Amino acid sequence: MSDSAPLTTDHPGQVASATPPAPGRSSRLSDRGLAVAFTSPALLLLLAMSVFPLLWALYLSFTDYSATRGGTAQFLWFENYTAILTSPQVHQRALTTLIYVAGAVTLQTVLGFTIAYLISRRTHGRGLLTTLFLVPMMLSPVVVGLFWRFMLDAQFGVINSMLGSLGLGQVEWLTRQRTALISLILVDTWQWTPFIMLIALAGLTAVPKYLYEAAAIDRASQWFQFRTITLPLVWPLLLIAVLFRAIEAFRLFDLVYILTSGGPGVSTETLSFHVYKVAFLGFNTGTASAYGILMVLVVIVLTQLYLRYLNKLKED
Amino acid sequence: MALSVDEAVSTGPARDHAPPSRRFGGRGRAVLEVALLTVLAVVMLFPVLWMIETSIKENRDVYAIPAKFFDFKVTMEHFKDVFVASGGGRSTLSASFLNSVLVAGVSTALATVLGVPAAWAYSRFSVKAKKDQLFFILSTRFMPPVVVVIPIFLMYRQVGLIDTKLGLILIYTAFNVPFTIWMMKGFVDEVPAEYEDAAMLDGYTRLQAFWRFTLPLLLPGIAATAVFALIFSWNEFVFAIFLTSSDDVRTAPPAIAGLIGGTTVDWGLVAAASVVFALPVLVFAYLVRKHLVAGVTLGAVRR
Repeated sequence: MSDSAPLTTDHPGQVASATPPAPGRSSRLSDRGLAVAFTSPALLLLLAMSVFPLLWALYLSFTDYSATRGGTAQFLWFENYTAILTSPQVHQRALTTLIYVAGAVTLQTVLGFTIAYLISRRTHGRGLLTTLFLVPMMLSPVVVGLFWRFMLDAQFGVINSMLGSLGLGQVEWLTRQRTALISLILVDTWQWTPFIMLIALAGLTAVPKYLYEAAAIDRASQWFQFRTITLPLVWPLLLIAVLFRAIEAFRLFDLVYILTSGGPGVSTETLSFHVYKVAFLGFNTGTASAYGILMVLVVIVLTQLYLRYLNKLKED
Repeated sequence: MALSVDEAVSTGPARDHAPPSRRFGGRGRAVLEVALLTVLAVVMLFPVLWMIETSIKENRDVYAIPAKFFDFKVTMEHFKDVFVASGGGRSTLSASFLNSVLVAGVSTALATVLGVPAAWAYSRFSVKAKKDQLFFILSTRFMPPVVVVIPIFLMYRQVGLIDTKLGLILIYTAFNVPFTIWMMKGFVDEVPAEYEDAAMLDGYTRLQAFWRFTLPLLLPGIAATAVFALIFSWNEFVFAIFLTSSDDVRTAPPAIAGLIGGTTVDWGLVAAASVVFALPVLVFAYLVRKHLVAGVTLGAVRR
């Protein structure tokens, strides 16, 4: 099959004269048919598994349906939504999520970009370094969460053990209200710094060398080169990575579930984790659906932003 | 984040800085950079090394205070426990690994079969509202899994797909299709459409041209895309834990997470199971390292 490919494609001109081209009209029609036949199975699957469930959740969000109680659902209209938007519990979770997303994404961006910048300035061993740095990102959040839980254990965790041998005090990483959220941010940063690094590195290596050479001839300082050449050229791509991470961090569930289960108290309960508790521990399916729809709205806004920047990047 | 914005914008007044003398720079700076890079690499890699170390330590040494870094007894017991049950025979953990292989494999195959033709069609034809369709496809992938799982749970309960491998395969296929389409569209765009035009002038139909000329050229791209889809399904946890419960359906991530459920946790076993679980991912990721940027951004960024 593939043997015949180079034969024909190498000399299209010679062979073309032998067979008359197909009439344009019918071929265009069959093209349209082919496009529909090829795209519709995928679209139908997405409609069935993504859109329909969300529409169902939208319907449930207006009712007091409960997955365990069953029976007919009462129509409540916007009662669920007003209950959620005015609940101080939800406000607290929103604040926790905001601190977590902002903290983790900022740390990742600064660290990831620094590492990428340092790697891009090396001439030897770049491939090996990049590969090594990427390991955390490829691990499942389950593995990451479990393992950090072990390492951060207050009694026999290796982190406290190292702090001890340095003569520093022990930290109750996961069992104190304030440190638990910090631990969550640190673990997420550990896992996803490589992501920012990877994208930043792609941006950094795409910066044309002659710009630096020209700057060097003008005796521009390193810092000046960084600010006027490196950052402006890498920034658009970095912004994409940052937005992508922000969306991912906003919908994060597994790491919280494994690392802290929202505790101690509710100090690490993000919005995702709270939705889970309302839906699967409280079985207030209607309320949870309204909650979920509100989260989806936030994600849609963020995704639109992401796609807009992506489009801008592609047009340049 | 905000800090960098300011820097990017305020590039104007930088000219005031006199270029500092660079006599000191050069070597000293390079040494400093290498040192910083080394420290960062050690910090990033230490947890992974510690995990591997824990998986081959005897239980006594796993809980040693202060932690033992080098002088510990090496044992393969934990790895044996991953695969062999205490009374002999296969462990539930090894059964969950097999489930993971099946679910990830089948869902990846399905996503490829559905996604590759769609990607080709989006690349070659002028489909109505193509941009909107592609954006819609990608945005389904961004939905929070905890939110999607609520109606999916109810839906599956209605049709009897709760706690079945088929249910998991379907949902994994649904979240891999958007990725496959976006990733593959990039690969199809790189194959000149003229190849197909030339083949059609030779008398082949459009479909034959795709099948006989474009598809063989796409195979490396399809392989890379499938590897990423495989990794995503393999690592997936949220749907797995909410939609399955019995041991003979459960995939590896919830099974490994279940190891810490009891009163005492066998961290050596957790570490060994994590190593066994992560190893194939790392090998596969290494194989597709050329396409990592596209892969981890769901095919959106290509460099």
